[in-house]
Amino acid sequence: MYPENFRYTKEHEWVLVEAGIGTIGITDHAQQELGDIVYVDLPKVGAAVDQGKSLGSVESVKAVSDVYSPVSGEVIEVNHALSEAPEKLNQDPHGDAWLVKVRLTAPGEISNLLSAAEYQSYIGAEK
Amino acid sequence: MAVLASLQATPLNAIHRSMGARMVDFGGWDMPVQYSGILDEHQTVRKAVGLFDVSHMGEIDIRGPEAARLVDFVTTNAAGRLQIGQAHYSALLYEQGGFVDDILVHRVAENHYFLCVNAANQEKDFAHIRAANRFDAEVEFSSPRYAQLAIQGPFARATLQKLTAVDLSSIRYYWFTDGKVSGVPARIAHTGYTGEDGYEIYISPSDTARLWRELLDAGREFGIKPCGLGARNTLRLEAAMALYGHEIDASITPFEAGLAWIVKLDKGEFLGRERLLKQKEEGVRRKLAGFEMCGRAIARDGYEVLIEGVPAGWVTSGSPSPTLNKNIGLCYLPAGQVRTGLPIQVLVRNQPVDAITVATPFYKRAK
Repeated sequence: MYPENFRYTKEHEWVLVEAGIGTIGITDHAQQELGDIVYVDLPKVGAAVDQGKSLGSVESVKAVSDVYSPVSGEVIEVNHALSEAPEKLNQDPHGDAWLVKVRLTAPGEISNLLSAAEYQSYIGAEK
Repeated sequence: MAVLASLQATPLNAIHRSMGARMVDFGGWDMPVQYSGILDEHQTVRKAVGLFDVSHMGEIDIRGPEAARLVDFVTTNAAGRLQIGQAHYSALLYEQGGFVDDILVHRVAENHYFLCVNAANQEKDFAHIRAANRFDAEVEFSSPRYAQLAIQGPFARATLQKLTAVDLSSIRYYWFTDGKVSGVPARIAHTGYTGEDGYEIYISPSDTARLWRELLDAGREFGIKPCGLGARNTLRLEAAMALYGHEIDASITPFEAGLAWIVKLDKGEFLGRERLLKQKEEGVRRKLAGFEMCGRAIARDGYEVLIEGVPAGWVTSGSPSPTLNKNIGLCYLPAGQVRTGLPIQVLVRNQPVDAITVATPFYKRAK
């Protein structure tokens, strides 16, 4: 369920780092908790994001939630498909429905994040 | 999730959990916010039929030779003019004209009224009515004796009719009858909070689990689904029905909330009447208005509203409208400026976003 090669935050984001580029999304647990996602607000290409700071928001019918960046960096790509089809976040949060890609400016930050096993035990404990 | 020890539970709590509902703390009650999903449940009520557990709602019985006088004294609508078997929407007000609660008043008998009140307000309402009772009438806090299910949607009647000998087509809208559903006593009211046709039934807590299952079975051929409070909220918002704590509270009067139709100033003395008479003469300063967002941003409860960049009011309820596929909301605006088609801005996460006022209700079912 939670890919081993991702790293996770306690705020329910994930990041996959490959060759200095981090692909960021929200976790399956997050989409389940949110329910039907109807709106996604993402930064523009070129924007700077900081680890632990809001990079945008995801809204369900019921509520709005901040998305906190798992890493610091510069946004190089935004998943525009989500603005027309935000429900993809409910269907494939670990795949097609990634949010943004960033060029990492502090790769060492990854060590602050949770492994898949740690994240799963964290959400298990949260319930 | 926090410990639930302090939360109150309806008779269906274990069933909701076993059926996979997501539970939330709703005003001190552990209630299902959704089953299959808010959008799916919403569409199910608009197109087929949905079943809601609303057993958290409170009930108050008022009996006695002067029951009608007491109800007329504590509520705004003309309770004394209700016929036996008829119900209406009404309000309990403070002397200063603000809402204690919004309620449904049912006349069960000449000298017996049955009030359905909001869950979180029930103790407050009971104390308020008792304190105002200088009449020959008894006020009973009867919530523990009742559970309540709402069957709502175009196939609500067909579903409920399978379980009762009462001819549901003979119960007019906002009328009710005491009969039996599936062999047990039920108060069957042709009322609802969804903007769709439907019924609200008041039953004994001990019968609730069985009726819940039987209603789901009866409605299966029509596509019935269990629904949570999330869909109940989006449904009532499309119908522009007020929710206590949002459109109305102790600081808001019925005139401001667009509820003049539940105020009968000519019926004689009642709590809040003096203030309302004065407000009628002077005019209200703010008024509730409906709006649609121009873009894709969603207004949420409490967001500030601007007119030409100047702070002018606040959003009382805001949500995507699953039926209209637009983002809608209700807000308070200065009475002098309110009109349909007024451009406003909603402050969404510190960004002013364009919206426009529209007539309400946002959704009206085809008769």
